[in-house]
Amino acid sequence: MTRFIDLTLNGISTGAIYAAVALALVIIWRSTRIVNFAQGGMLMFTTFIASALISAGVGYWLAFVVALASGFVLGAVVERLLMRHVMGKPPLNAVIVAFGLLILLEAVAGMIWGNTPRSFPPAFSIRGYSVGGTRLLFSPNDTFIVLVVLASALLLALLFRRTTLGLRMRAAAFAPEVARLLGVRVGGMLTLGWALASLMGSLAGVLVAPSVFVGPNQFDPILVFGFTAAVMGGLDSPAGAVIGGLLLGLALSYVGGYEGSELVTLAALVILLLVLMVRPQGLFSTPRERRV
Amino acid sequence: MTARIPHGLRSVAIALLAAVALFVASELLSEYNDLQLATGCYYFAALAGLTLLTGLSGQISLGHGALMAVGAYTTALLIGNEHWPLLGAILAGTAMAALVGLALGAAATRLRGPYLAGATLAFAVGLPALAEKYPGTFGGANGLTIEPPTPPSFLGSEFPLERWEAWVAGIGAVVVLLLAGNLRRSGMGRAFRAIRDDEIAASLCGYSVARVQLTAFVFSAACAGLGGAMLAVVLQLAAPGAFQLQLSLSLLTAIVVGGLGSLAGAAWGAAFLVLLPGWSNDIAHSFSLSTRVSSNLPLAIYGAVLIAVMLAWPTGIQGGVRAASSRLRRMRGRREATGQRGSDPIGRGQGPVASVPGSDAALSNQRGDQES
Repeated sequence: MTRFIDLTLNGISTGAIYAAVALALVIIWRSTRIVNFAQGGMLMFTTFIASALISAGVGYWLAFVVALASGFVLGAVVERLLMRHVMGKPPLNAVIVAFGLLILLEAVAGMIWGNTPRSFPPAFSIRGYSVGGTRLLFSPNDTFIVLVVLASALLLALLFRRTTLGLRMRAAAFAPEVARLLGVRVGGMLTLGWALASLMGSLAGVLVAPSVFVGPNQFDPILVFGFTAAVMGGLDSPAGAVIGGLLLGLALSYVGGYEGSELVTLAALVILLLVLMVRPQGLFSTPRERRV
Repeated sequence: MTARIPHGLRSVAIALLAAVALFVASELLSEYNDLQLATGCYYFAALAGLTLLTGLSGQISLGHGALMAVGAYTTALLIGNEHWPLLGAILAGTAMAALVGLALGAAATRLRGPYLAGATLAFAVGLPALAEKYPGTFGGANGLTIEPPTPPSFLGSEFPLERWEAWVAGIGAVVVLLLAGNLRRSGMGRAFRAIRDDEIAASLCGYSVARVQLTAFVFSAACAGLGGAMLAVVLQLAAPGAFQLQLSLSLLTAIVVGGLGSLAGAAWGAAFLVLLPGWSNDIAHSFSLSTRVSSNLPLAIYGAVLIAVMLAWPTGIQGGVRAASSRLRRMRGRREATGQRGSDPIGRGQGPVASVPGSDAALSNQRGDQES
């Protein structure tokens, strides 16, 4: 029974990370209809910046904030310099540019910081809580991860639903022409969307770094599982991204714990196919009617 | 554009030309370059299938690397354990990949765009895990080695192994070129395009969308399986390290960079995959850089080239070549036209202007479909 509880708690904590990456992908998909495969490289780069600052003697929280801020800037720069030029081209072009950026970022990170993965400190203790004499696999740091991801998801929801800025961003995404006529700076809104999404990705990077280590290729699985979670939840639905992330985290934790870690990727495939067979548009997005 | 050659004959002629070119190249090249030629040929087989699937029928797949793995492992198992002859093992690998493609394609017919990308991505990541789950059968992380294929005795004992491998892979590539070229121009190829452009209109015309999409998926899976089977023969190895996610991604990358939907684009893509790593390695080692920089420089060049090609030629290399050649033709046309006042400045009604609506020519001149 303790094993089941351990696996459940562990699943929630990794699921929160997947949820953060999935949210980053969903925000960009909703605003620009691009699946940002470069997200894994972007969050890797900002986590490396934090890691370099920490090894230079800067405090953890300052490095944390710098990572998020550089994620924000990097997202805006990528949208302005690259993605804006492939919008309106065949949709696969954006995918290839994102792959190119992913590879380029990984190579540049390898040039600057080397290819050997390095450790990264956690925000809080990773010693599990002890309940009634048994030590759980859930630590204060895991609590922090779950709370931070849920809080930022809530903040994003508030931003999109309750503020004028959020309304402008949604208008720019769903009806760019009309929004432009009403005086919304559509381009600026798209840039802001990319910046926010990239910030969310950087958050996931810093949170997951203590367990996967920091290296140019260390975050690839996070991107794959984050994308799987986003597709499962429905790419149009931020709530779906969070729930998809948590469900995937739980499922993979059970499979890894009971059946062996080598089956985890296969399990992700089976779960995703099962979900998509029942709901081809993901769990939480409303199917759009197709028209002639 | 005058006197059109029948389509079937045209494909045969192109395939024959390609076969002769490959044969001459394999005779002239060094053994190392023959190996590169073989590599390019098995990539071409997989890319031709993928470009028909993604460019013509409009289904994206991030999982073709895993389908290549199916072909490679099947071939390696049959040659290693059952001592099948080369041809039989390669055909069996192709058939096995087609079967897996049938299952995956059946799931794919319900999915569109990024959802299909997600499912095939999970397939590409998930399938290689089987090799590590059952190390007894699939050899675990080390994979399966097979004995090098022996050139037939009538070629003489001096015949280099690399040239024989180039021939084997070259024959496979020519067969794919012939079949894919014919499929593109057949009624089924037209159905692919119709469904890509407008599913509902196509189904109103009587096409069964699911069946056509499934056909495209199975054909392209078979091509990937053939490519994988030839990869196993050329490398004499089927190991999970060769079929990581990067392979699937670079296949998709190659068809888009080469020019989506055309077989010439697939050939450009294969050349891109074979030649770029060597060139970028040479560049990286021609400067005296620290190992940290020089070991990452080829990767950086690859990424930068992907971005640059997509920004410079949105329709890929083949699109760039076509644009350049039509500009050249127009310039020549203009030069001939100067002096003749009032002549057509565009150059005598070239291009798709004169096609009859609804005819095959009109359909095949639509966006993105270059005649191979």
